[in-house]
Amino acid sequence: MMQEGLDDGPDFLSEEDRGPRAVNVDLQTDATLQVDISDALSERDKVKFTVHTKSTLPNFKQNEFSVVRQHEEFIWLHDSFVENEDYAGYIIPPAPPRPDFDASREKLQKLGEGEGSMTKEEFTKMKQELEAEYLAIFKKTVAMHEVFLCRVAAHPVLRKDLNFHVFLEYNQDLSVRGKNKKEKLEDFFKNVVKSADGVLVAGVKDVDDFFEHEKTFLLEYHNRVKDASAKSDRMIRSHKNAADDINRIASSLYTLGTQDSTDVCKFFLKVSELFEKTRKIESRVAADEDLKLADLLKYYLRESQAAKDLLYRRSRSLVDYENANKALDKARAKNRDVLQAETSQQLCCHKFEKISESAKQELIDFKTRRVAAFRKNLVELAELELKHAKGNLQLLQSCLGVLKGNT
Amino acid sequence: MSTTFTPLCKKRIVMYILLPALAHRLSLSLSFLLVEATEEVSLDSPERDVLLSDGPSPAITPITPPISVITPRIGHAHDDMYTHSSFDEIEEEEGGDSIDMHIAVSDPEKVGDGMNAYMAYKVTTKTSLSLFQTGEFSVKRRFSDFLGLHSKLASKYLHVGYIVPPAPEKSIVGMTKVKVGKEDQSSNDFVEKRRSALERYLMRTVKHPILLKDPDVLLFLESSELPRAVSTQALSSAGLLRMVNKAADAVNKMTIKMNESDAWFEEKQQHFENLDVQLRKLHMSVESLVCHRKELSVNTAQFAKSAAMLGNSEDHTALSRALSQLAEVEEKIDQLHQDQANADFHLFSELLGDYVRLITAVKGVFDHRMKTWQKWQDTQMLLLKKREAEAKLQHTNKPDKLQQAKDEIKELEVKVQQGERDFEQISKTIRKEVSRFEKERVKDFKAIIIKYLESLVQTQQQLIKYWEAFLPEAKAIS
Repeated sequence: MMQEGLDDGPDFLSEEDRGPRAVNVDLQTDATLQVDISDALSERDKVKFTVHTKSTLPNFKQNEFSVVRQHEEFIWLHDSFVENEDYAGYIIPPAPPRPDFDASREKLQKLGEGEGSMTKEEFTKMKQELEAEYLAIFKKTVAMHEVFLCRVAAHPVLRKDLNFHVFLEYNQDLSVRGKNKKEKLEDFFKNVVKSADGVLVAGVKDVDDFFEHEKTFLLEYHNRVKDASAKSDRMIRSHKNAADDINRIASSLYTLGTQDSTDVCKFFLKVSELFEKTRKIESRVAADEDLKLADLLKYYLRESQAAKDLLYRRSRSLVDYENANKALDKARAKNRDVLQAETSQQLCCHKFEKISESAKQELIDFKTRRVAAFRKNLVELAELELKHAKGNLQLLQSCLGVLKGNT
Repeated sequence: MSTTFTPLCKKRIVMYILLPALAHRLSLSLSFLLVEATEEVSLDSPERDVLLSDGPSPAITPITPPISVITPRIGHAHDDMYTHSSFDEIEEEEGGDSIDMHIAVSDPEKVGDGMNAYMAYKVTTKTSLSLFQTGEFSVKRRFSDFLGLHSKLASKYLHVGYIVPPAPEKSIVGMTKVKVGKEDQSSNDFVEKRRSALERYLMRTVKHPILLKDPDVLLFLESSELPRAVSTQALSSAGLLRMVNKAADAVNKMTIKMNESDAWFEEKQQHFENLDVQLRKLHMSVESLVCHRKELSVNTAQFAKSAAMLGNSEDHTALSRALSQLAEVEEKIDQLHQDQANADFHLFSELLGDYVRLITAVKGVFDHRMKTWQKWQDTQMLLLKKREAEAKLQHTNKPDKLQQAKDEIKELEVKVQQGERDFEQISKTIRKEVSRFEKERVKDFKAIIIKYLESLVQTQQQLIKYWEAFLPEAKAIS
């Protein structure tokens, strides 16, 4: 019953949130192709994104147009990049995570069930909070889908991809079905092989210093980002829990204040009011930490994985190249199928060199992007923390002033 | 022997004899609960001397199943006496609000080894009251001494309507850890929590103008040697007796229906009932906050370490530096959260816990008033019955029995008057006590709330300092 109210989700995006949100990625916006998510609708078990494109490129029929896409279609686009051999030398922008409202829905449902056991004020308060949480998750998922599209649009090669243009322009359902069981199983085995290979490949020391360094760096970095991301999530969750407690304390103090007939009731009411306000600030602190820190780390977890995948592909092609060399030597020794072996070897060599060249540039760009994103988010985090602490301080001090004046 | 026997109830005599035997045999059957029990320790108990002290004798409170119908005879004339103005005067005579006395409990010291070990606390009193021999003195006390003191005060004053502050709670788990010698943070925390609770307990006790003058309190504060209060042990026979009596009281409460003609008492009882519920709720929320803040502190510390590792592996030097700085900031913040959690606990949570227990004592005092009323009613009913019996005897030719009846009636008339006086006295005392309690409560809460808010202010100020130091570091990333 509760969910129906939210399902007819109106446009949640306020004016300040429109425009290239590129929270985690500091890319130069190119006027020739601009993509953003201008609207989003949350329905029972899916989210519909309105993808809005502005382009001066001749590839498109119009200069400005919008289509509606769902999460599965984003995944289809991402997978099509990954499976495309031509893009083996690029860091494929990581796919956005699936919109997950399950936890939030569960909480709302529990609240609905427990409606009888709490006062009307408590119920309204909790409902408001859960709705705010739902909204925050919704905004996040929109942001992450948008970031993916922006990265693709900014990439000199990927932006020209045909599938991408279809995705942007074709105004009907792409009829992308999710992977069936067989395909999911295939994916699973592919990943197993990849990680086994990964171990093999990691052992091979690279002749090229640059890539050797990048390999060591990325392996360690990825693990540490994973750890930091998990720990930051835990820290933020504790913060939210503490804010919820302050909320309950404020309610109790309010009841005490209204019940009490002595002098202290004014105290209780004033402090209750104070805690209501500081609680809101604490919740905002947790939310901002979530956006600026946790999301940043999560994103770079996915990006560093994508970078690792690139290195893997390069190593694979190196192994193929070396195998082709060995095959050529063997063929020359036996003087059999030499031409075939030569062409095969040349192909492998070409592929490897192409990948190496683009990979180098991609990894340098990755570093630049990463440093810029961290800088932006850390500065914003510090500024927000300061803003909230100052706000809290001001509230506390003014309340103390009133209370001390009273006694 | 200060109990009064009435030849009427032979059962009671039997109980006095059976009681110690039953208590020692550790058997508690339901029938035992329904039979009359007393609050006084039995005749043969050796601990009697420790519990009883010179002072008003504890009253016997029988449990009577029938519901009394007779309403208390408090006439309207009496109400004028109980206006607040007259009580304010009395209170000022007794010393007023500010008592020039300060007690500190400090220097917890472990004495002995193994399961017989205990913590000894130094109790230092600083005062200029003439009640004491010197202006500053200290003694060594252990936890059971405090419990013993409370036990004595409770037995002397609770039943006549004084709100005796409850002693801190026992904790078998906590004490065992200390005894066993675990020198870790949790046992340190436990000792500190207990020390603080003991200090608050003593301060509350001496703030009470009547309790302050009690010889047991003076003895506790001044004398260097105190007889060991064995009866406070949880598993002693006196401890069991207490448990039994508590259960009996609970049954008792359910059967007494008092016709309250004094609206003040009804209103106050409801007020304390509500306060109890709300304070418990608030206490739970604050405890939850303490728990979550401690969690936050731990998680922040872990994140700090993780961020430091990330900074180490980052190969861009400026960013690496900034991440290390972030790790340092978060480490400082985790300490901040820890400190705040302690303030949450020691200031806010403990205050609420104290008041939840205090209100239980207040409710107990109201219950005693009910019991006193009940006793008075029962004596009145007895008198009525005696009078009826005497009237009947008038028509028979039994001069001896008639005389006996007349004598008994005279005795009962005296008792009825005493019962009424007791009831009026306890009502008067409770009004005074509640007024004093409420004043103290208001003072306590105001003071603690202000202190707590000040701790919150400090935390925010520190946060601002830390983030202001970090901001240029973050901006320096290029």
